[in-house]
Amino acid sequence: MRNPQLNENGELIHLLSLDGLSREILLGILDRAEPFTAVAEREVKKVPLLRGKSVFNLFFENSTRTRTTFEIAAKRLSADVINLNINTSSAAKGESLLDTVDNLSAMQADMFVVRHASSGAPYLIAQHLAATRRSHIHVVNAGDGRHAHPTQGLLDMFTIRHYKKDFTKLSVAVVGDILHSRVARSQLHALATLGVPDIRLVGPRTLLPTAADRMIESTSLRVCHKLDDGLRGVDVIMMLRLQNERMQGALLPSPQEYFKSYGLTPEKLALAKPDAIVMHPGPMNRGIEIDSAVADGKQAVILPQVTFGIAVRMAVMSMLAGGSAQ
Amino acid sequence: MKIEIRNGRVIDPSSGLDKPASVYVAGSRIVGVGETAPRGFQPEAVLDATGCVVCPGLIDLSARLREPGFEYKATLESEMAAAAAGGITRLVCPPDTDPPLDEPGLVEMLKYRARQPGFAQVHPVGALTTKLEGKRLTEMAELAEAGCIAFGQASVSIVDTQVLMRAMQYAATFDFPVWLQAQDAHLTKGGVAHDGAVSARLGLAGIPVAAETVALATILQLAAATGARLHIRRVSSAAGLALIRAARADGLAVTCDVTINHLHLCDHDIGFFNAHARLDPPLRAPSDRDALAAGLADGSIDVLISDHTPVDDDAKQTPFDEAEAGATGLELLLPLTLKWAAERQIPLAQALTKITSGPARVLGLSTGCGCIAPGAVADLCIFDPAAKFTVSRERLKSQGKNTPFLGCELTGEVRYTLTEGHLAFSADKLL
Repeated sequence: MRNPQLNENGELIHLLSLDGLSREILLGILDRAEPFTAVAEREVKKVPLLRGKSVFNLFFENSTRTRTTFEIAAKRLSADVINLNINTSSAAKGESLLDTVDNLSAMQADMFVVRHASSGAPYLIAQHLAATRRSHIHVVNAGDGRHAHPTQGLLDMFTIRHYKKDFTKLSVAVVGDILHSRVARSQLHALATLGVPDIRLVGPRTLLPTAADRMIESTSLRVCHKLDDGLRGVDVIMMLRLQNERMQGALLPSPQEYFKSYGLTPEKLALAKPDAIVMHPGPMNRGIEIDSAVADGKQAVILPQVTFGIAVRMAVMSMLAGGSAQ
Repeated sequence: MKIEIRNGRVIDPSSGLDKPASVYVAGSRIVGVGETAPRGFQPEAVLDATGCVVCPGLIDLSARLREPGFEYKATLESEMAAAAAGGITRLVCPPDTDPPLDEPGLVEMLKYRARQPGFAQVHPVGALTTKLEGKRLTEMAELAEAGCIAFGQASVSIVDTQVLMRAMQYAATFDFPVWLQAQDAHLTKGGVAHDGAVSARLGLAGIPVAAETVALATILQLAAATGARLHIRRVSSAAGLALIRAARADGLAVTCDVTINHLHLCDHDIGFFNAHARLDPPLRAPSDRDALAAGLADGSIDVLISDHTPVDDDAKQTPFDEAEAGATGLELLLPLTLKWAAERQIPLAQALTKITSGPARVLGLSTGCGCIAPGAVADLCIFDPAAKFTVSRERLKSQGKNTPFLGCELTGEVRYTLTEGHLAFSADKLL
């Protein structure tokens, strides 16, 4: 079965997941993003790659940060951007996901940027568009359930490459609520494909999938339940956000105990390499998964991540719907 | 009507008969099997079974007909046509209709509606508890009188184990069989796929194998304690099957079945969130699927079921976790039995026991059902074991077009189906 995000020539037509994308495609996106970082420095922060195109931000789940960065990215590419918060409109009236998509397609959309609470929802949309001969409309997954957040994964790779250059010599720790994290899943596929030889998943058993060691087919993956084991000697620490609702449903006893076992403090950070970088997809819970001294410290690259995120999203959108990069 | 079925290979799994012969039918009964017609037999119709197998009509221990309550998903008429096209002449329907089959009137109505020439015989399973809520017992004796052949909960678990034990005690009082699916309600909560590598990768909430084994341990212990006649529906895991084997070794008379989907598929078949692979119980790991296929072959599993569950397109064209569980299956039961037999090199006569004499035995049907012999009911399935076809929406007669086998090429096409001597289906479209 063909990966629905690729056409018959193996080219990217949608960005649904980093699972199954080749090293060439991943690096191609990162390379394309490089010049876009300079666009923000210009006096006129725009390039005309998506001029005349309509980008629909379809957010079935609340998000301010991701939606805003997609909006900025599309506007810097000169696209027309329409924001729809569907959880407060049609879905609440009982309209099905595909009916919503059909209606917006009829408004001549060129791209859907989709966030949805269900894993796989963007696949359903892409398959529906293909089945109704509308594959010229591109779908970008902006986060689906626990499954994937590919642009976040890509901007994380961009950030790592910016600070560490070579992926093939790195030790990387992903720390926190891996079970519920679409960010972690996208990071894992990208890290493995780009050749990172030591990937560690760190968290309590209640926040890791039962088959955590088989989340990706890679011999570099290792599961650690102790933060010390996970952090010792690593070059990159990728923290995950801990949702407050995890305290319900018997997953964790309290935020305090979580912070004590898995919170990133300056003492724990000292276990990593002296030049290790600290990343976080935001929004952060200070004092729950990360200590303010680390979040604001000189090893944190959390704000550059946000800046790079715009360039990476410009790269993805222009690659799918635009001409060649400038 | 007197019918001669000529030139076929007659297979009767219950007796081991497997030879070229004619089958002679008069009225609702088989009156002869052999090379010469019974004395004075003058056929009014002759069915040519050249190249075909003539076997007892198939018996399916689980097929949702969706009546009453879910007529937008399927009707008795549409599903009976599908059953006939699938060679099925008898089927058991679970009690999760709307309202559930917890009152004699509902059962009588269903039996009455289904009593039409050419329709498969319908055996309802009555609800074990009212509204399937797991709180109060149904009037089992009354329901049995109305036609229920067993009592169960469909896929709804009884959370309160005291109620479960009493329900089994009460059923055992009258020697009514209890049919249960083993699924711990708490461990299943929120889950949509097998808790394994695929769900971890796709970010789907998992249902652990322990959901089955924990519930099975409870049910098996209660069956031993109460003496209830137990049938376990829809075993899904190797570990679950091992518990059933162990209970049997300890002397418990328990039977069980597996679905055509769990026999052939596993969680990898979810692919890119294919909602047709959203099933209950979930498709499990490849090793579970292999253990189930082996268990069906070695006799640990008694029966293969279609687990027919027609679902409307709207309930499947949603994200995977929102999709309604279930797959259509009446028309796939035979070809998927043959597929299993071919893959495991099981003789045809032995494979067919799983969909004929095996389910007849679980149903406790007296002699004369699920077999081919003079005097037996003329429920017959005549199929071409070599004919290939591709599963497509257009080909399926069921109102439910939902199956993970869409697009698959399968072998084994039904030519004729006779229910009680009545030609219920003909691929030739002569009648």
